[in-house]
Amino acid sequence: MNTSVMPQTIISTRLAKNFRRNIMERMIEFALLCSAAFAVFVTCAIVYVLVSEAIPFFQHVSIYDFLTDTVWTPNYSIKHYGIMALISGTLTTTFIALIVAVPLGTITAIYLSEFASHKVRETAKPILELLVGVPTVVFGYFALMLVTPLLQKIYPDLPLFNMLGAGIVMGIMIVPYIASLAEDSMRAVPMAMREGAYAMGATRFQTAIRVITPAAISGIIAAYILAISRAVGETMIVAIAAGQQPTFTFNPIEGAATITSYIVSVALGDLEHGGIGYQSIFAAGLTLLIMTLLLNILGHMIRKKYRERY
Amino acid sequence: MVMHKNKHNETIKAEAKNLNFFYADGTQALKGVTLPIYENKITALIGPSGCGKSTFLRSFNRMHDLYPGNKYEGEIILYPDNTNILSKKVDPIEVRMRISMVFQKPNPFPKSIFENVAYGLRVRGESNKRVLDDKVEEALKGASLWNEVKDRLEDLAFNLSGGQQQRLCIARALATDPEIMLFDEPTSALDPIATMNIEELMSELKKKLSILIVTHNMQQAARISDYTAYMYLGELVEHDDTNKIFTNPSKKETEDYITGKFG
Repeated sequence: MNTSVMPQTIISTRLAKNFRRNIMERMIEFALLCSAAFAVFVTCAIVYVLVSEAIPFFQHVSIYDFLTDTVWTPNYSIKHYGIMALISGTLTTTFIALIVAVPLGTITAIYLSEFASHKVRETAKPILELLVGVPTVVFGYFALMLVTPLLQKIYPDLPLFNMLGAGIVMGIMIVPYIASLAEDSMRAVPMAMREGAYAMGATRFQTAIRVITPAAISGIIAAYILAISRAVGETMIVAIAAGQQPTFTFNPIEGAATITSYIVSVALGDLEHGGIGYQSIFAAGLTLLIMTLLLNILGHMIRKKYRERY
Repeated sequence: MVMHKNKHNETIKAEAKNLNFFYADGTQALKGVTLPIYENKITALIGPSGCGKSTFLRSFNRMHDLYPGNKYEGEIILYPDNTNILSKKVDPIEVRMRISMVFQKPNPFPKSIFENVAYGLRVRGESNKRVLDDKVEEALKGASLWNEVKDRLEDLAFNLSGGQQQRLCIARALATDPEIMLFDEPTSALDPIATMNIEELMSELKKKLSILIVTHNMQQAARISDYTAYMYLGELVEHDDTNKIFTNPSKKETEDYITGKFG
């Protein structure tokens, strides 16, 4: 037999795999994976609970009725479960909030990014962001005790609980989200772009509006989408100041319940546990989740379309 | 009108006189620079990094005004107005309308090709579609980009190649009929063919206007410029005919730099 013996490959001890370091690396990797997985797990759990509780609800109420009926009366003897009565309140208050927050937030961002001196920006931005930390229950009473009475001076027939006051205050609440995020994306536009515009003889305003804003548009739209999600999910302000009567209306001077304020009113204990009324909050929650999800997908698509390219 | 001319009977378009420049942190980047820019000529600024050549160039369209705390001393006289464009009484926007600039890295705006070129005109309040169409076409032809983009003027400018983007930036600067064009290392981010295109373009452009260019590439300065200025540590070391500078410089430092002994 003619066997040739392969020379034993000798690995110098200095180049050999360091097992201790290897194990540490693996452990760190595993810990990171666990943290990431936790968020996914919680989301899945929420979806599971919402869906599993909503299924028995939809065995009683057809999805068609749920989506087309415009009356929501789970507490009455003749029960109706028309989510539109709640969606109308959510959409109306969100829309009012956006009318306030989008112009105010965008203008603030443009000012801070393109006009304010370094000192002003460094002082103003933290103060603005402080608004985010104000508890929403405070904003709710702000709407009920201050904004609505002021609005009543202009329009005396305005009821105490109305969507207008709640929406306006909600708008004030989300201004810092828009301002801060939009400002970040405008600051991220390279200086070369600004210099290019100035070198063409543009004024500061022309540069801000015609060059910087379009360049930062994806970040600005992302800020709007986040603000909408925040407004759709906002609970305390509408629960306190918009009234909790489910009404199918888009009229801002009326009071109405939103999806969130309905859920919170049920949580206060008006409905028995396990009954169909109780299950209805999961159907409402699921609707809210789907709305937010659609908004996020929309935001993602817009961002892809207008991705920053400079 | 008094014409300012040199010994070759060439007209001076602009002239820096004893120009000092200080950044906000107090660093003096220019020290008493005196340099004329001749009409329909290309003046090249060469020198090692940090010698102040870009700072000097950017003084011509008051770019330093964008950053608070920067300070000019001395004058840059623009002819035939005979006006110091650094004066506080002069509107920097008016200066930039007449002295345009092309940057080191192509910096098109996030807009269509057409809108990029039309930008300067729109800023000046022009909105007549026919005027814009004509001017944009003229500028793109002037930047020898028209044939490549005439069928896709509505495309986003970022879809162009780097060399095309730089020519678009030249077209953009050209659209407003500037008297002087400033080029800040316009080809340092481009490949040799795109560089050649831009160099040919500059030789064509000088028939209409005056050019001041900063370049790191000495062959480029030798190829395209009529005058060359060598700067070092914020000072102007030597300024002369490009031929003279590259064949028989009068200062030892200039010779060391262009022969590669230094820098």
